Amino acid sequence: MDDKMQVERLNLFYGAAQALYDVSLRVPEHSVVALIGPSGCGKSTFLKTLNRMNDLVDGVHIDGRVTLDGQDVYAPDTDIVLLRKRVGMVFQRPNPFPMSIYDNVAYGCRVHGVTDKKVLDEVVEQSLQGAALWDEVKDRLKTSAGGLSGGQQQRLCIARTLAVAPEVVLMDEPCSALDPISTMKIEELVSELKQRYTIVMVTHNMQQAARVSDRTAFFLNGKVIEYDDTNVIFTKPAQKKTEDYITGRFG
Amino acid sequence: MENKSTRQEYIHDLAELQNKVIQMGELVTTAIERATHSLITQDRDLARQIMKEDDDIDDLTIEIEDFSLLLIAKQQPIAHDLRVIATSFKIASDLERIGDHAFDIAKTAKALAAEKQPVELLYTPQLAETALVMVKQAMKAYREADIVLAEAVCRQDDELDELFARSFTELSGAAVNDIVKARQQAQLLFVARYLERIGDHATNIAEWVVYLETAERVRKLR
Ligand SMILES: Nc1ncnc2c1ncn2[C@@H]1O[C@H](COP(=O)(O)OP(=O)(O)OP(=O)(O)O)[C@@H](O)[C@H]1O
Ligand SMILES: [Mg+2]
Repeated sequence: MDDKMQVERLNLFYGAAQALYDVSLRVPEHSVVALIGPSGCGKSTFLKTLNRMNDLVDGVHIDGRVTLDGQDVYAPDTDIVLLRKRVGMVFQRPNPFPMSIYDNVAYGCRVHGVTDKKVLDEVVEQSLQGAALWDEVKDRLKTSAGGLSGGQQQRLCIARTLAVAPEVVLMDEPCSALDPISTMKIEELVSELKQRYTIVMVTHNMQQAARVSDRTAFFLNGKVIEYDDTNVIFTKPAQKKTEDYITGRFG
Repeated sequence: MENKSTRQEYIHDLAELQNKVIQMGELVTTAIERATHSLITQDRDLARQIMKEDDDIDDLTIEIEDFSLLLIAKQQPIAHDLRVIATSFKIASDLERIGDHAFDIAKTAKALAAEKQPVELLYTPQLAETALVMVKQAMKAYREADIVLAEAVCRQDDELDELFARSFTELSGAAVNDIVKARQQAQLLFVARYLERIGDHATNIAEWVVYLETAERVRKLR
């Protein structure tokens, strides 16, 4: 499989504090990569380097190379708006905008200049279908997104991300605020989405990483300790630290 | 003991599971030892006693199986932890079969003890000794996570097979015109077969030890 994204020798500093050390990692196209590791080890930081969300933080300094389809994401002439469209992100807590369900999903397309109602209707339906939410909301598209349950809101945020036709979807603990049924729906969704997208997902749930991902990276103190096929990580990891972490023997 | 975290409790449970397997190994080796002794000494009472004790071994198998399934359901084990559970399950089943063969040997010993004519054992004690050593070593390898010893047990199986082949030739060749002796030797042929099977199960155990510690299958290594 071709690599959709490649990260080479990435070092990231928040001011003087280094948060990532020499991280190199390849993300194969149409796969799900899980990032695991203890709190504060740099998973979210790493995820955000993939679509330059860290640019928003003051005092960040980044070295190394991140490419999308072979093109340097940090090149000076990169169109950041386009990059974030190609590499979308779903956050830990569902963050629907204070507007209707329809407008939430249509938002990104409108920002990118689409005004044709027919086109928007179609995008909204397809995205909600893609996020496995359509059947639950099709009769109340004009009502406020705030009226949805947490699990529905999270799927709405996924729909909103899918609406702009991204190539890579980054997810930072997308299920941490959800009940087991919504979690199962998101997991099902992730396995379907990888047919069309490439997914990088942070999760604290080992079983979830084992169930949904193709490859797993174990982060510790800003470094990648081990990155391998998920089947290997969860059956015979090469590093003792990885085994200690996934089996809950850490610290 | 009271303030253990659920994780510590889980780790404790895994050790407990392994202890049950070790305990079962001890019951089984004792059973083989005593069954062979009852055969050699033509001791009927001892043979009967061993046959009764097989129930304890069977009970322990069920205990290990239930405990394994409970741990899987509660803890969703992975990596080495999962192999501890899977191999406990498999080793318990091999030990249970070994126990059954010890029972069979005791049963034969009981029948032979009823004979007036003394029994000529030929290679039987040697076979029994080798099989017993294999089971003991396999369980030692399990207890001490000793892959080198486990691999040695696997190799020892060839020695046992050869001994069995020799035993077979001796036992099937002799005594055509001595009815009593022929009957005794037929019984001993069965015993030889049981012992050879015990060696196979000991080899399985040793292979599971290698798998437990390395996640590699022995057959693949060979
Ligand atoms: N905006 C920021 N400014 C300064 N330091 C930061 C910032 N964001 C994160 N850090 C630091 O960088 C390190 C990595 O944080 P990060 O959020 O990437 O961890 P994480 O692996 O996502 O943890 P969690 O599992 O708790 O979400 C931490 O030491 C954190 O304090
Ligand atoms: Mg985080």
